[in-house]
Amino acid sequence: MTNSTPLVRIRGLTKIFGGQRALDGVDLTIMPGEVHGLLGENGSGKSTLIKVLSGFHTPDGGTLEVAGRDVPLPLLPGQHRSLGFDFVHQDLGLVPSLSVTENLMLGEIASSRKVAYSWRAARERAAAMFARYDVDIDPDATVERIRPVDRAMLAIVRAVESIRAGAAAEGEAGANMLVLDEPTVFLPKQEVGQLFSLVRRITSDGSSVLFVSHDLDEVREITDRVTVLRDGRTSGTAVTKEISGRELVTMIIGRELAEHPHDAHAATTVGRDVVLSVRNLSHGPLQDVSFDLHEGEVLGFAGLVGSGYEEVVYSLFGASPGATGTISSGERTIDIASLTPRRAMSLGMALVPGDRKNSGSVATLSLGENMNLTVLDRYFRGWRLRHGTMRDNVRQLVTEFDVRPAVPDLEYGSFSGGNQQKALMAKWQQTNPKVLLLHEPTQGVDVGARQQIFDMIRGSTATSATICASSEYEQLETICDRVGIFVRGRLVTFVTGADITKARIADLCHGQASAPVPAP
Amino acid sequence: MNDHTGPVNEKRGADMTTARKDAETPVDAGPPVTESPSSTAAEAAEPSEKAARRRPTGRLEAMALPLTWLAVIVVFSILETDTFFTSANAASILASQAVLVVVTLGLIVPLIAGDFDLSIGSVVGMSALVIAILNVQHGWNIWAAVVVALLAGIVVGLINGMLTVLLGIDSLIVTLGMSTLLAGVALWISGANTITGVDQTLVDVVISYRLFGIPMEFYYAIIFALVLWYVFAFTPLGQRLLVVGRNREVARLSGMRVSTLRIGALVTSAFVAALGGVLIAGTSGSAGPTTGLDLLLPAFAAAFLGSTTIKPGRFNPWGTVIAVYFLVTGITGLQLLGLQSFVQNIFYGGALILAVSFSQIIRRRRMKQGF
Repeated sequence: MTNSTPLVRIRGLTKIFGGQRALDGVDLTIMPGEVHGLLGENGSGKSTLIKVLSGFHTPDGGTLEVAGRDVPLPLLPGQHRSLGFDFVHQDLGLVPSLSVTENLMLGEIASSRKVAYSWRAARERAAAMFARYDVDIDPDATVERIRPVDRAMLAIVRAVESIRAGAAAEGEAGANMLVLDEPTVFLPKQEVGQLFSLVRRITSDGSSVLFVSHDLDEVREITDRVTVLRDGRTSGTAVTKEISGRELVTMIIGRELAEHPHDAHAATTVGRDVVLSVRNLSHGPLQDVSFDLHEGEVLGFAGLVGSGYEEVVYSLFGASPGATGTISSGERTIDIASLTPRRAMSLGMALVPGDRKNSGSVATLSLGENMNLTVLDRYFRGWRLRHGTMRDNVRQLVTEFDVRPAVPDLEYGSFSGGNQQKALMAKWQQTNPKVLLLHEPTQGVDVGARQQIFDMIRGSTATSATICASSEYEQLETICDRVGIFVRGRLVTFVTGADITKARIADLCHGQASAPVPAP
Repeated sequence: MNDHTGPVNEKRGADMTTARKDAETPVDAGPPVTESPSSTAAEAAEPSEKAARRRPTGRLEAMALPLTWLAVIVVFSILETDTFFTSANAASILASQAVLVVVTLGLIVPLIAGDFDLSIGSVVGMSALVIAILNVQHGWNIWAAVVVALLAGIVVGLINGMLTVLLGIDSLIVTLGMSTLLAGVALWISGANTITGVDQTLVDVVISYRLFGIPMEFYYAIIFALVLWYVFAFTPLGQRLLVVGRNREVARLSGMRVSTLRIGALVTSAFVAALGGVLIAGTSGSAGPTTGLDLLLPAFAAAFLGSTTIKPGRFNPWGTVIAVYFLVTGITGLQLLGLQSFVQNIFYGGALILAVSFSQIIRRRRMKQGF
């Protein structure tokens, strides 16, 4: 395999859905041994492209060359294996209740013709594989008990091994391309580095990795070259080292992002009225957390995994039973143990949870139905739900929050991540919250929508105070007036004003947390 | 974080028809991303809003079952003009299945809320037996007996609901156990005999009085369908039950009383099944140890078949009514053609499997198309 022959070359790839060009003449060339980033907003065509490679979609035009040979499109489902591709998707495709070894050998067991299967041998092979990739995972552990990053690495090792096994069976080295589709979305930032070392080890022998992501920093860190899609077209391909973050963003969204549109950082919270006083909140890892939330403030919470920084928003909303402590709002003091989401809502709180798919929304209901969950009673007048009024209000709301397309009757699951999240923000804004509780508000959200969500959060400060728990320090830097740092369940310090920088937050979270985090 | 649901209990029930593929799916097929990002959302929405309205397959899908029903009626009417195409046969079909309509309508309440109720058949039998025993053997006033039967239904529903929700046991298991338990009790208290001679007043109210030649029980069933339709389409309660059925965590975090709603749904299905028992006691003037047990499978078949029509993908009252009558029209027609009674089981069982398969296929296709 020479370095001049591209491993995979896609030219003029086109895919039309109901008259709309999801892919419109996309070119993508992947060289042997490189990590190639694929960037683009939701709806730019990334997932369609990948689904063509996996044989799920039949393209309407374009050619595919693998290692210099023409491969006719469409690919059959499963054909990607004989070409030497494999895929690791966001959901990883692991069985949580089975052991690491069992998960690793799933494919082999499925195709094995043997009557008896030697688990001991399998276990030894698993250990040997992990050693080869320098990954430290216990083959006997149950997958649901291992760390998220170990799960991701397990899925990756499994995929790479399946490519190699496929290549061996074909009697020749295939393309050996691993497609990682947003592998880091559910990972804590501080564990991403381990995943990246694994990716580098994989590419060291000439295999390539197509790395699909939203996260510019990660793409800049791990990739050699990067291709950006916009509106179904190739916006450009560049050598990662030679392009700046701002240039990348411009390629992705086709316009320049405003630099920190909010200069609210300077605003001090001293002297403002206290909207919510939290005293001695303890729950899971959290111990005796006390703080005041001021009127119009955006308060960020950050910490390492296990520090409990994200638990606060759920505890305050009564979403995770078992919390103790008190909250005071005005004259009233309320026992946190007595809180339910319903009660919290009546106190003027709103929670947009981090797990949009499982806790935030129902994909199979319409956009309007999802957004109206909290305000149904308002539309029950004259003994009937006013569907027309509901639809009109939703349409107005989604226009205001720039959810596209602004069609209340479309299924929620058919919207892109960014639009889904904007809709959820709108859902809760309807309840006129006094305290807005957010957990990872821009997870799996494209760059443009990210900025809009930041604007929404900043824009709501006239009417509500916000608590935002996030593992994206850059986001906290952009939107927060004050950031609370959690270390091992304790709220140890606050950063305010100009001190709120990505680096400072990271330092504080890590610097004081060198000792292992005690089990909750 | 989810306090009331056991691990086995999630993602069951109503999802059977909706093939919960928690969709990260058709992101790319979505909005027509316009060239200039500054264009307004309204402009961007225009084309796909039209696309959403024009979706002929959607409307056809919603009307497929009613149209098939009409076709079946036409075919049998031509084949058997003398026996099938008569007003007496129509009245008989409409009235004889009123109990099934009522019981199935009751069943869709927990199905919408994400729980199964397999005890409805036994509750029908228990209710009818309680009426027969109290009225015939103990000489109670018929209406007092009816009230006791309905209360018994509520108690069964409460037990089902509490065990399912508060202990977090799968409703499938709880109600399966309850079903068998009640069937045993029925055999016991009836002494394995059919008790006849229920007060004529009840019989009059249920079948003797007729309107346009159709016994009253048909109208009771239709009134009940109207009530359910109102609740599901025009009240917050209906919308809440739907959300609870699709995702309990979302419902809880949106401030809904998930446990209360689920218990309420199981109480409703049991109460309605008890009402069905009242209708059976009134229809036949008697009750036996196996009364009502044969309703369970037809009810599930009709509920799932009904969820493929009118509002495809959702259990809905009018779809349910149409499904019941579609099934019974087919069975009656085939029996009049001379086929034996085994036709019934084949038809109901087959319909259940086909209905669930169809909704699954529709679902998959939509996912792939990006709707």
